[in-house]
Amino acid sequence: MGLLFVVFSGFLLALVAPWLTPHTGRAAGWLYGLLPAAITGVLASFLGRIAAGGTMQQSYTWVPGLDVNLSFYLDGLSLLFALLISGIGTLIFVYAGAYLRGHHHLGRFFSYLSMFMAAMLGLVLADNLITFYIFFELTSFASFVLIGFNHDEAPSRRAAWQALLVTKAGGLALLVGFVLMQQATGTFQISALLESGDLLREHRFYLPIVLLLLAGAFTKSAQFPFYFWLPNAMEAPTPVSAYLHSATMVKAGIYVLARFHPVLAGTDLWMWTVGGIGAATMLLSAWLALQYTDMKAILAYTTIMALGLLTMLLGLGTEVAVEAAMVFVLVHAFYKAALFMAAGAIDHEVHVRDVTKLRGLWQRMPLTGAAAGLAAVSMAGLPPFFGFVGKELVYKAATAFAPAPAVVTGASVLANVALVAAAGLLLLRPFRGSVNEITEAAHRPAPGLWFGPVVLAVGSVGLGLAPWLLDHAVLGPSAGAVLGATVEPHLALWHGLTLELGLSALTVAGGVAAYLSWTALHTSAPFQQLERWLGTGLDHGYDHVVDGLLAMGRWQTRLLQNGVLRRYLSTVLVATIGLVAGAFYHYGFFGGPIAVGEVTAYEWILSLLAVGGAVGTLFFRERISLITSLGVSGFSIALLFLTFGAPDLAKTQFLIETLTVILVVLILTGVSQVEGSLTPTQKVANGAVAVGTGAVVSGLVLAVLKLPFENPMGEYYAQKTYVEGQGRNIVNTILVDFRALDTLGEITVLLAAGFGIYALLRLGTAPDPNAENDPAPEDASPQSEPIESSAPEQTPQQVS
Amino acid sequence: METLIALVTGTMVAVGVYLLLQRDLVRKIIGVVVLSNSIHLLIFAMGRMTRASSPLIPPGQKYPPEGIANPLSQALILTAIVIGFGLLAFSLVLIYRLYQSRGTVDADAIIEATLGDE
Repeated sequence: MGLLFVVFSGFLLALVAPWLTPHTGRAAGWLYGLLPAAITGVLASFLGRIAAGGTMQQSYTWVPGLDVNLSFYLDGLSLLFALLISGIGTLIFVYAGAYLRGHHHLGRFFSYLSMFMAAMLGLVLADNLITFYIFFELTSFASFVLIGFNHDEAPSRRAAWQALLVTKAGGLALLVGFVLMQQATGTFQISALLESGDLLREHRFYLPIVLLLLAGAFTKSAQFPFYFWLPNAMEAPTPVSAYLHSATMVKAGIYVLARFHPVLAGTDLWMWTVGGIGAATMLLSAWLALQYTDMKAILAYTTIMALGLLTMLLGLGTEVAVEAAMVFVLVHAFYKAALFMAAGAIDHEVHVRDVTKLRGLWQRMPLTGAAAGLAAVSMAGLPPFFGFVGKELVYKAATAFAPAPAVVTGASVLANVALVAAAGLLLLRPFRGSVNEITEAAHRPAPGLWFGPVVLAVGSVGLGLAPWLLDHAVLGPSAGAVLGATVEPHLALWHGLTLELGLSALTVAGGVAAYLSWTALHTSAPFQQLERWLGTGLDHGYDHVVDGLLAMGRWQTRLLQNGVLRRYLSTVLVATIGLVAGAFYHYGFFGGPIAVGEVTAYEWILSLLAVGGAVGTLFFRERISLITSLGVSGFSIALLFLTFGAPDLAKTQFLIETLTVILVVLILTGVSQVEGSLTPTQKVANGAVAVGTGAVVSGLVLAVLKLPFENPMGEYYAQKTYVEGQGRNIVNTILVDFRALDTLGEITVLLAAGFGIYALLRLGTAPDPNAENDPAPEDASPQSEPIESSAPEQTPQQVS
Repeated sequence: METLIALVTGTMVAVGVYLLLQRDLVRKIIGVVVLSNSIHLLIFAMGRMTRASSPLIPPGQKYPPEGIANPLSQALILTAIVIGFGLLAFSLVLIYRLYQSRGTVDADAIIEATLGDE
């Protein structure tokens, strides 16, 4: 019950929020915040059980035939992420209520937000790959509507589209990877799958599975070269940015890496791909962050840096690296959510987010400033903050990484230097000094705006001073779940004079230097070039890809949907010829003599006339000769019917053939010749298609004729015609008695055609006197045709 | 005999398809007629052909004599002939109207003109 509440209560709130919000007044945020708070409470009550080494499972049958179930699984890893999602969610709900107070779509906003939260919770708790995928896609969709919340602004719409396309593309790759995983292990159930690590690593699908899962994780978690969507997503209202980019959306990819770490990691492929991409992303984005002056852009790039760091740590895969990753997930969520909310509070008060323009906000917003300050110091990784604990652990993992300690350590230190400088930019620039003309308008923000940052800042300090609180309750179970083993971590603020401490000192010194030389740094040519390539450059690259896709779509549509009947027909026919010929080849039709059998002289003559008349239509240019030739063919066929015991067919064919000739002469003699003709190449191609189709049809008939003939239905009708139908003409009785409903349908079709013809001739311009006469015979004759031939015979029978 | 009809059918299908692939809409229509004629023959051959008597029950008897022609394929073809004629009549009038409004029955020229309008 507990897990169901955790996952689905958010969806329920999403349903009712639009109707509830007009009645909640100013308290919307505080009121709705009760739900994530309750979820946090429920999750926290599981802490003891999980810490003791237990797990929880709950499963509901969904599509049992496909092994797809609505099943949930709670272990240390999912509990850590779920607690972050609901815990930070509580603060974000409160913050959003204040930030968007009075917004005319506030109800809609809360609906999206709680849908997003529920989708994230479902994602981290899912125990079935398909359920996992569905929640994964739900988070993509929910973030799409959240990023595009200001839908009347073009940049918002573009950013929403971009995030959706990039993460959906990754989601599709993920789905394929999941299906391959199921093929390899025989199960969609994640908890069962986690036992099959050796099987998967040895399997021939291992390479595609890893690449596909990484495609999903890297797009979602904004790794190089897919990170361009994340800074653009800053178009969203700040509560969304704070939530999506601190604790949730972008952590989903990290969660994918961590969740499948036990079964996929441990190979060189995993280590170098995940570790390498992560390190590159971390280093690039940390320094790119210093190229921007918008607070949210700086925060966006430092978020990418954090994601790169997490990816790198999961790639290294050692015990200490995984512990560092789990700690850093928490560290980052705390300081990043606080900083986003503080930036949003500033934006809310003065409507400016440019760090070069803001001064002296400390005097106007002391609580926000204090919270932002604590969070920024945690981000810079100074003691005694939680960030320091995390960074020490990262350095410990880096220096202990046996294959390439120097490279990893160097990259980590360099990235953290930039992070320290970025923290300085976010804290010192806007808050220090005295107010200027922009910031003097600021007043003390509402409690909802500083509540979240303050809670998180206090948490950063508290966890920094007493990190061992996490050892047994959170860190051990989560790192253990990622490693697939039991671990006993020991976090501490002070480790003594170690190599990591030295690196930290170096980092801070470098960061201070970078901050002091920031103006020169961010105007220097190499750095601006870097931004042009990897910041806006990748974004433009995305545009090129999208434009290319659309151009390809247009090209393909022109190619396939060109409106020329000839090409459609040729495509269909060539495919048919290929398929039938292939089947003949496969089943061995060819070979064996074709005997014409016994044929009388007049049958030869009629057959040749039927063919000759048809072939003649190819050569006559004059309309009237064309029609005559057609008539010869048709009447020959009628005579053939007559020869082979089908007088009804012959009669019908005679009548219809006569009518056809009359109709064609009446209508088409006035239609002029077509001047243009096909090119010789087209003629040859058409000829080939025509001959091929003819050959295939002949072949099919010959193949069928080789089969023994059975005709139970024909026999049935023959025996029952008089006994049950009171008729003597079997063909007519079939038509008007046994299959009377079909004949009624046929008459209806003809009637519809007649109406259509009449309407066409009456429509628009004045009707041509030539055409006016036509509908009447057309309408009447075909309908009366079957009736005419059967009615005279039935009447006497009914009498007798 | 069915073997001969199989070859006749194949040839007529080839002619019909070649006509369908023309630019001239009138020839396309002629192609439809040739094609439907050939398909009627095809069904006829599939139902096996016999020079024996028509599928009729002589007066005074309740059951048909042995060895009559197959009534089922005949019933199918009869329906096909009539429906085919409905299709032909409608298409002819459609082409006639097209000729009235466009002044040509050249399919390619009409497509070019239509695409040019867009």
